[in-house]
Amino acid sequence: MAESHGGAKGPAAGAHTEAEGGHGGGFPPFESSTYASQLVSLAIFFVVLYVIVSKLALPKVGGAIEARQNKIEGDLTEAQTLRDQSDAALKAYEGELASARSRAQAIGNESRDKANAQADAERKILEEQLAAKLAGAEKTIAATRATAMSNVRGIAADAAGQIVQQLTGVVPDAASVSAAVDASLKG
Amino acid sequence: MKIDPIHQFNIEPLFTIGQIGNHTIAFTNSSLYMLVAVAIISLLMLASGTQLVPGRLQSVAEISYEFVASTIRSTAGSEGMKFFPLIFSLFMFICVSNLVGIIPYTFTISSHLIVTAALALLVFFTVLIYGVAKNGLKFFSIFVPHGVPVYILPLVMFIEILSFFLRPVSHSVRLFANMLAGHIALKVFAGFVAMLGFSLGALGWVGGVLPLALTVALYALEILVAFLQAYVFAILTCIYLNDAIHPGH
Repeated sequence: MAESHGGAKGPAAGAHTEAEGGHGGGFPPFESSTYASQLVSLAIFFVVLYVIVSKLALPKVGGAIEARQNKIEGDLTEAQTLRDQSDAALKAYEGELASARSRAQAIGNESRDKANAQADAERKILEEQLAAKLAGAEKTIAATRATAMSNVRGIAADAAGQIVQQLTGVVPDAASVSAAVDASLKG
Repeated sequence: MKIDPIHQFNIEPLFTIGQIGNHTIAFTNSSLYMLVAVAIISLLMLASGTQLVPGRLQSVAEISYEFVASTIRSTAGSEGMKFFPLIFSLFMFICVSNLVGIIPYTFTISSHLIVTAALALLVFFTVLIYGVAKNGLKFFSIFVPHGVPVYILPLVMFIEILSFFLRPVSHSVRLFANMLAGHIALKVFAGFVAMLGFSLGALGWVGGVLPLALTVALYALEILVAFLQAYVFAILTCIYLNDAIHPGH
């Protein structure tokens, strides 16, 4: 293995190779002959990396993250707006519904009152008509009854006169017969 | 069969780029894996789409983004987002290279102290320079904690200053040592399996079940460590930067 990295290092090669021989004295991290090469390549590659990272990589990845953040925030804001709109629409709908309901109730009450009033009026008229008819009928009955009663008295007086005549053979005085009939009708 | 747990950390030049002073600058296997890490991160972050509903790759990219961003916000406040590219680069670079390095036969960049030290010093000087530029001398009030009795204040200040300057050491050694030790342990246990098998024959292969099971368990642990150390490095960076942003605390 000592031969594998021989002469390429110029002045440093001697120490390097010798150190490789036994590994006892040449612990690779402490071989100062390799320091210059390592430092130069580290400087070059770290600067290259720093430039790539600061100019290209971080702006790109950071931009992607920020774009996503903005997109999410924008979407959330939009969702909030839409929800507000739907809330407002729902509220408007509920208001409309409530007013329609109260209007319907008012119309219902009104028409019911009207119908009630009409029915009452009609009933009153009908009742009056019926009462009038009843009064007429009662009058007729009373008249008929009075007529009938007076007829009954005449018939009774006649019948009493006839009966007395049949029994006694004397024609009774009409006045006393009617007085007697009246007395017995009263009794 | 010789176990050589150190071999995996060898730096092997692939071709020479140039020369600075008397140092030859080579494109090494370490450089190759740095390139791989940068390529994977770029692919992950750039090739993933920008869909409203992310796909798998895009989800990974966005989770990484959100993860680092929330770590910064929770430790350094929203002002810390100024350093988002830096912390993101550090976290992803360490995390991806650690995860690539856990694949057998690959190389782990952060198993070399020089690399972790360079990254830790980058953080250290960023904190120091930004802290002084933003707060002026008030920045040094981080060395003077509130509510400490005057007679022990010099001692506390000494400890605070010492710990401030030792930060890059602990910051870098933690990552380096974790990766190094983890990879060595893995290699040793995996090596036992082969060693037992080749030296004791059939009995050895049966006996090798135990180190094999340990290797599997360690491997799972190392995957966790690979991520966790990147996270620890990033969150410590945030905490240090918080000192620079809010020196009053």
